[in-house]
Amino acid sequence: MSAAKPALATLASEMVVNGVSKGFGLGPLHKQILHECSFTLEKARLSVMIGPSGCGKTTLVNLLAGYETPDSGKILIDGTPVSGHGPDRLVVFQETALFPWMTTFENVSYGPRVQRKLSKKVYEEETMRLLELVGLLDFKDKYPSQLSGGMQRRAELVRAMINQPKVMLMDEPFRGLDAMTRALMQEYYVRLFEEHRGTNLFVTSELEEAIFLADKLLILTNKPAHVKKVIEVGLPRPREFSMLTSREYQVCKQEALELLHEEAIKSFAAGAVSSADFLEAYAQRGQEQAVTTREDSDTAIQKEEALR
Amino acid sequence: MSQSSMYGFNWTKIRKKIFSLATLRGISAMVAFTVLWELCSHFSVPIVGNVPPPSSVLKELGQQLVSKTYWVSWVDSFMRISIGFVIAQVLGIPLGLLLGVNRTARELIYPVFEIMRPVPPLAWVPIAVIFWPTNELSMMFVTFLGAFFTVVLNIIGGARSIDARFIRAAYSLGSTRSDIFWKIMVPATLPSIVVGMTVGIGITWAVVVAAEMIASRSGLGFLTWQSYVAGDYPMIIIGMISIGVAGYISSALIRVIGSRMTPWLRTF
Repeated sequence: MSAAKPALATLASEMVVNGVSKGFGLGPLHKQILHECSFTLEKARLSVMIGPSGCGKTTLVNLLAGYETPDSGKILIDGTPVSGHGPDRLVVFQETALFPWMTTFENVSYGPRVQRKLSKKVYEEETMRLLELVGLLDFKDKYPSQLSGGMQRRAELVRAMINQPKVMLMDEPFRGLDAMTRALMQEYYVRLFEEHRGTNLFVTSELEEAIFLADKLLILTNKPAHVKKVIEVGLPRPREFSMLTSREYQVCKQEALELLHEEAIKSFAAGAVSSADFLEAYAQRGQEQAVTTREDSDTAIQKEEALR
Repeated sequence: MSQSSMYGFNWTKIRKKIFSLATLRGISAMVAFTVLWELCSHFSVPIVGNVPPPSSVLKELGQQLVSKTYWVSWVDSFMRISIGFVIAQVLGIPLGLLLGVNRTARELIYPVFEIMRPVPPLAWVPIAVIFWPTNELSMMFVTFLGAFFTVVLNIIGGARSIDARFIRAAYSLGSTRSDIFWKIMVPATLPSIVVGMTVGIGITWAVVVAAEMIASRSGLGFLTWQSYVAGDYPMIIIGMISIGVAGYISSALIRVIGSRMTPWLRTF
């Protein structure tokens, strides 16, 4: 990664979610998605939210981003209630939202270009610096359709980062990427975070990814969702893939699996199909723990080679 | 994408394209078709044999290629097409965008538009001849109509099917409403504009030829009809072939313009 210092100072903020509830539909069709959901995203920390699939994670992200408003409860950014959407809270979505008609360079520099706060020279330099940081400098004049899935996500990451949002919201951004690309993206992302130290919320349904990235884990319950437990991840930074074999990681994983399993059982009782995945994951836990050690150090080596 | 293909002509590529298997096949088919046609005439095959043979058509064509009237027909038809088509774009693109983006405008204008749209442009010929001062203007008008409705309809469809993700992302990144329109909606609609243009130019030729047969004293459509009236059969075929070639040239031109307008859709 580049050793160049960020040209602009990072503005990190604290985001507080206090007793937020949200439902959709009227009368008998009403479905409560979130119930009394409370948590804090501390300044300059990476919080990872994990929960059963379909539990309302995306709804929560939409609320934080301001695309929707909560039925009750408060969302505060540095003590001020959020209203509407804006470049202070940026979302990187599950599916790519790069503009197909703009080149990578135009996409990444879009934010500063329309906000008209920085001079052209400043934001163009910043765009180049960020593109270099994520290895896309050679692709700056390509259109999104000419980039691979991994490159698109990286472009999207820096398109959000260049605006120096107070809070970055990542809604399962690496979902659908193949295992190798996904691991590379995790590495890029964790480096970007460690260099810039913004306030980040990363939503995922992959536990391994969650622990590797997180300062703290927010474990969600089933629908109607709220935060079931917060687990502090004590792994040191900068993060390395080799840490996935450490004792600290295993303890964390064990605890999280326990909690997720409880939720899976509940949703299984409620008849949700997705819970089957969690039951299976839980059953494999014992065997996996024996295997992880070897496998992870192998992939870590491959990844480092690929990065060179 | 190499520099040369982006900013000018890549001659190696063009040469490869011209001397390709596809070109060879195309030419062989045309030759085979001509030979078959000649044979049909020669052996007086029923019905098909009544068509003048290529030999006499080619002989006539040789004379026509040096005749001034023949080329004036080309110019006249092309003028009508170009003017009608360009005005259809100039009026149709903004109207299509307005109807696609603005709900009030759509609800006000769309019903009237939808009643007028199914009326074939040729059904407009009589009224056009009545209210335009010259036949030339009335023909340009019906040509315009042919392209106009297609363009507007395509743009409405394109503008309304813009993915909400893009609008959301653009607002999040700090866009104003005018940024959304100019930087997101307009480029997102460009592919539909190109489709409208491509379909529109085809309709335009169909319309202008028929209109010329009814209300004109010049142009390729008139040339074809006039030859029929005069009993000059090879000349009818020349008129038809000329219309085919002219249509092909204008479509090719639109394709080139269209691909310049939407560089991100080019296949590399």
